[in-house]
Amino acid sequence: MCLGVPGKVVEISDTADGLRMGKVDFDGIRKDVCLAYLPDLQVGDYTIVHVGFAITKLDEASALESLRMFRELGLLAEELGQSDPADLVPPACPIPGWQAPPGPA
Amino acid sequence: MKYLTEFRDGPAARSLAADIRRTVTRPWVLMEVCGGQTHSIIRNGVDQLLPAELELVHGPGCPVCVTPLELIDKALAIAARPGVIFCSFGDMVRVPGSEKDLFRVKSEGGDVRIVYSPLDAVRLARQNPDREVVFFGIGFETTAPANAMALHLARREGLGNFTMLVSHVLVPPALEAILSSPTRRVQGFLAAGHVCSVMGTWQYPPIARRWSVPIVVTGFEPLDLLEGIRRAVRQLEEGRAEVENAYPRAVTEEGNRPAQALLAEVFEPTDRAWRGIGVIPSSGWRLTEAYRAFDAEARFDVGSIRTVEPARCRAGEVLQGTLKPHQCEAFGRECTPRTPLGATMVSTEGACAAYYHYRPLPVAPGAHG
Repeated sequence: MCLGVPGKVVEISDTADGLRMGKVDFDGIRKDVCLAYLPDLQVGDYTIVHVGFAITKLDEASALESLRMFRELGLLAEELGQSDPADLVPPACPIPGWQAPPGPA
Repeated sequence: MKYLTEFRDGPAARSLAADIRRTVTRPWVLMEVCGGQTHSIIRNGVDQLLPAELELVHGPGCPVCVTPLELIDKALAIAARPGVIFCSFGDMVRVPGSEKDLFRVKSEGGDVRIVYSPLDAVRLARQNPDREVVFFGIGFETTAPANAMALHLARREGLGNFTMLVSHVLVPPALEAILSSPTRRVQGFLAAGHVCSVMGTWQYPPIARRWSVPIVVTGFEPLDLLEGIRRAVRQLEEGRAEVENAYPRAVTEEGNRPAQALLAEVFEPTDRAWRGIGVIPSSGWRLTEAYRAFDAEARFDVGSIRTVEPARCRAGEVLQGTLKPHQCEAFGRECTPRTPLGATMVSTEGACAAYYHYRPLPVAPGAHG
């Protein structure tokens, strides 16, 4: 849960309640993100987002490299809260040949 | 698994692993604090690149795993009430309470909703003024700023139907508890990267000095982890005990000051019981006086809670690094991610779940019954 996903700020807006919000692009998935904790963040900057909040700025090269990892590990949807609740039951082990040990005799 | 091969065969990983092997001259025990790091280590086989002398012990940095059973039972009782919309991060809904989990409460008719951000819960409170909206506010320092902002907005807007069940935990007191244990094995820490993105690194030098342990702030990707391990081992071999930042692209010494300012307004330190570990002094946050009206524990009297931990679950030992998941007799038998005995088998950061999914290991002797 302490993972954070890097993304690019594509839009910044102040909402009616005065909260600094923005749209952040994560490898094609766009989400509304609260930018209140990074007042200097600009459109085009990269940031690490955790549960809908930008917590720290990131340089572009590091962000793209991290995003590649997230994509390859298949973690992007999960970390962005886009998993279907039905998926909360984890999938079977991806290691070929691995079987859960036999049950009670 | 293409990524695993790519990573292991990569020149950067090879070179870091070779440097670690050259540096190590005797046995050392390191703990990675954060459950996200544990998963990355096991998933990518980072530990298998290390020399045999070097042991990685998995730390308690999984908020879902350490949320006390009593609070989970309270959450279940509140979520089952008519008129309540109970909001939680997805990780929490399958964590077993004494008798059931939030998923079960939902299937029995409770209005349990999985949210991505605590701001979603605030929005639900605005949209449903006739309902009580309760958010299960768990997490370490990484998640706390989000929860603090939700409370800040609710207070500013006078949202009388929004409350939070607060179970925040803090990393530095947990490190001190691990270090002061009579059965302590840990000689160095990989500190949790994103906790430090928020809080900075300034909290850690006193701990490194007092206990003579290297503390290396470390990221989550395989190369980050190898670099953190390399720096910690180098310190141990050279007899140093310092705080180093091996994740500078996301962490500064001072951290995120605006976040720290709101945290100080909303939360204050409190003693906190960690599931499987026990009470650690000043290891949690509760609401300050100004925010007490938003405390779900005060809003909802759920009566006395009698908690019952499953006798077979040894998650506490796993969380303290004294037992590896596969050494537990229940691992992979009656305890699986579909039928978990404890939270460490459920959470995406739990060590037991990491071993179950990514590591084909022999189970403990006798475990086959």
